[in-house]
Amino acid sequence: MSEKRTALYEKHLASGGKMIAFSGWEMPVQYEGIIEEHEAVRNNAGMFDVSHMGEVRIEGKDATAFVQHLFTNDIGVLTEGQVQYGMMLYENGTVVDDLLVYKYSETDYFLVINAGNIDKDVAWIEQHASAFNVTVTHLSDAYSEIAVQGPKAESILQKLTDFDLSSIGFFHFVDGVVIDGAQCLVSRTGYTGEDGFEVYAPHETILKLWDTVLNAGKAEGLKPCGLGARDTLRFEASLPLYGHEISDSITPLEAGLGFFVKLDNTDFIGQEALKAQKAAGLKRKIVGFEMEKGIPRQGYEVYAGETLIGTVTTGYFSPTLKKNIGLALVGIDYTSMGTAFEVKVRKKLFPATVISKRFYQKQYKK
Amino acid sequence: MKTVEGLYYSKDHEWLKIEGDTGIIGISDHAQHSLGDIVYVEVPEEDDHFDAGDSFGTIESVKAASDLLMPVGGTVLEVNESLEDEPGSVNSAPYESWIIKIKLDDVSELEALLDAAGYTAFCEEEA
Repeated sequence: MSEKRTALYEKHLASGGKMIAFSGWEMPVQYEGIIEEHEAVRNNAGMFDVSHMGEVRIEGKDATAFVQHLFTNDIGVLTEGQVQYGMMLYENGTVVDDLLVYKYSETDYFLVINAGNIDKDVAWIEQHASAFNVTVTHLSDAYSEIAVQGPKAESILQKLTDFDLSSIGFFHFVDGVVIDGAQCLVSRTGYTGEDGFEVYAPHETILKLWDTVLNAGKAEGLKPCGLGARDTLRFEASLPLYGHEISDSITPLEAGLGFFVKLDNTDFIGQEALKAQKAAGLKRKIVGFEMEKGIPRQGYEVYAGETLIGTVTTGYFSPTLKKNIGLALVGIDYTSMGTAFEVKVRKKLFPATVISKRFYQKQYKK
Repeated sequence: MKTVEGLYYSKDHEWLKIEGDTGIIGISDHAQHSLGDIVYVEVPEEDDHFDAGDSFGTIESVKAASDLLMPVGGTVLEVNESLEDEPGSVNSAPYESWIIKIKLDDVSELEALLDAAGYTAFCEEEA
């Protein structure tokens, strides 16, 4: 094993974390159990180590133009202290990575990228930076990060700071919030479909904060949560995961993420390909579906009669809905609500029905 | 991890209990713990026959599906229907939550299985 360990590695072992290899990191998949951790986040609160995520700072006179050149969403509408979700695309419109962009100012942005894509993303960003007056600083090794998520996330974190956390709106951030005596970057963001915060700080700060937050949240039911629950939570909220719903062979339009792609008023790599794809009409798209029998899993084939029409991108027995549900990339003729198709679970075909991808109504504080 | 004395164990982490001519099969405490929360158990039909090492069904945790493997060869006499509604009982009571009952093909196949102490040692070695 040559996986990297986060600063919190020993804390995970102490909490009974079951460690697995993920995107080059040794991370906890669960502590007590995925379902209990999932329910803790939906009902109370959970804390995740997300230190494996990558961070890149873009500074300089051309920072705004440069980030827009790489990014599908319209950063022109961002105010200072605001966060935006979007993607970086290849020329052919498929996805390099999805990411969050934090705007400090017109000349200063902070990008948060996926652990498994860090090397590729940094190379991509640096490769395109030469035509712009910007400096690119790769900061992944400088930051640890925790996510505190769930309806009680704010009240728990508020005990540890004098800063009024309710003043941080959804998809906004403040750098320099003093939590438990140390400065942190705090954003009201997450990957669970619940209200909550993501906290970035140097390793020593996060190492100390882990225990402090666990103790502060214990009475309110906060639990340490692993990657297992992180995936079931994001899936129920229909948030995409790179390598599943988006990848270097799937475009954002096919993934149903058109809302985060602005084809007008912006100019970014891959835009022409998406305009062409839109004009020609999509040939396939990601849909939600449910099955009475059989649990869908990534890679399972989807059939209409004898015809292979697509594959499952993510599927679970949903801990919240107690149903077998999935997302699948299927031919465009099979994407309307109520369409029936079949999913091959091991050797048998089981009936499935297309339903809304909004399996779980997100509980954000707007 | 817990084991129960008097049961036979396979290196694939199934247990087998002998009651008269009948073999009762489930998964070990070690297995349920490694799998995590179990959400579905797919069982075979009565009268199906399997050889030792064959897959007789599937057990699904939140994360993944795993094969259930026969510790010895035999013919299915009965399946535990209650697992359909309560798959989680395999987590909470692995040695009570049997999956199938079989008629053994050949009692001498039991010799290839481990006892509780042997199985505990095997799991420690594997870890």
